[in-house]
Amino acid sequence: MTEHRINLSYLAFLMHRLSGLALVCFLPFHFLVLGLGLEGEAALDDMLVFTQQPLVKFGEWVLVVLFSLHLLLGLRVLVIEWAPWPQQGGLRSGWVVIAGLIALALGWLFLDGVMS
Amino acid sequence: MSHLTVRIWRGADEGEFQDFSVPMRENQTVLDVVSEVQRTQDQSLSYRFACRVGVCGSCAMMVNGKPRWTCRTHIRSLKSSVVTIAPLRNMPRIKDLVTDMSGFIDKWGRAGNVFESQRDRGDAPALVDPSSPMRKVADAAIECINCGVCHAACDVVSWNDAYLGPAALNRAWSLVNDERHSGKKETMMAAMGDGGCGNCHSQGNCMAACPIGLSPTRSIAGLKKMSLMSLLGGSDA
Amino acid sequence: MPNPMFEMRLYLLQRLTAILMLPMVIGHLATIMYATRSELTAASILERTQSSPWLVVFYTGFVILVSIHAPLGLRKIMGEWLRVSPKLANRISVLLFLGFLGLGLRGVWALTGGTMS
Repeated sequence: MTEHRINLSYLAFLMHRLSGLALVCFLPFHFLVLGLGLEGEAALDDMLVFTQQPLVKFGEWVLVVLFSLHLLLGLRVLVIEWAPWPQQGGLRSGWVVIAGLIALALGWLFLDGVMS
Repeated sequence: MSHLTVRIWRGADEGEFQDFSVPMRENQTVLDVVSEVQRTQDQSLSYRFACRVGVCGSCAMMVNGKPRWTCRTHIRSLKSSVVTIAPLRNMPRIKDLVTDMSGFIDKWGRAGNVFESQRDRGDAPALVDPSSPMRKVADAAIECINCGVCHAACDVVSWNDAYLGPAALNRAWSLVNDERHSGKKETMMAAMGDGGCGNCHSQGNCMAACPIGLSPTRSIAGLKKMSLMSLLGGSDA
Repeated sequence: MPNPMFEMRLYLLQRLTAILMLPMVIGHLATIMYATRSELTAASILERTQSSPWLVVFYTGFVILVSIHAPLGLRKIMGEWLRVSPKLANRISVLLFLGFLGLGLRGVWALTGGTMS
């Protein structure tokens, strides 16, 4: 009983919600790491060494992509709700694909920075 | 002659699918198939229909997981030799393919969807300019015949019991854009209430499912904008 | 709810924080891209973050907004996907707001002023 959900707009909702959920779960850890600065430079440096591991870098890449995705899909919601509706394509379904591509491009930009 | 396997829901909320075999015909709709099963194989099968030609909206069911008007759904268009037919989603089931639509209708009422007029029979009919912006907006939403397909398609309706749903809010939108309607404030209060337009996540299932191509998401977006205006201080919604 | 427009106000608050954060998220992404191309040691990071007062303002604002925005989103997920009662979801959201706000401001303080004192 799920066939009625298969449309791009629903996918956009799902990606938006799941990316938001993942970002919220990460948020406290992000704040705690920043707080390490209070314990002196050594604690922060230890954490920076930890983040050099490939798996952690991969996690960071995922977060950058999800962060970008959440931004772009959120922008889509704002446009749907507050901009005038065109005759066709009011749901801006194509944005899902564009948002995905831009998010991946930003992810690549992040990886490029890490590798350099 | 080749045959079609039809899986039909039997029972109420508790129940199971029962398989029937129906001859495949050159031209047959899902409603034709249900009628054939009821007439030739099991007379106890319950289902609703009236006009058979897409006017009344009473034959809506879940066909292969999608809410549809069964009279306007050709078997051939489903491109499948197995067709699963279940009662409309998001409504309590009474028997077989018949749902209890009273909750759906109650929500329609709770959305403040009662037309109020200050005029009486002594007044001349109100003149509404068909080219006025408000009327055009209302026109886009007004063809709804309350079949319940969008209500069945909406996930937010299934997740949140308080949510009024796309049909009720679409109606509210056509009403607040009706210049003759004198109860706009009440309609807006309901559309902005706990079960109102702010719950919509623009998933678009209602638009994808509407048999006549209406855009409840657009109507709800309109209500969201209007809600902001009225909360920002405009007493006249 | 005592206020019939409670849900609607929270909905609008969610959209308002989203709009305000749009440029901030872009700024934060730019910062991330810049950071990956810079020296990443505690000393160099703290030197950069402590030298710009506007960074304090920017990230303090960002922390406040995200502390509102994130619990509001979770509140909806709790209600819709986990069927948490509105009352409980509201309470959890307030706690999350306070938690995020506290941790976030502590983090900003740690990077921009904490070690100066």
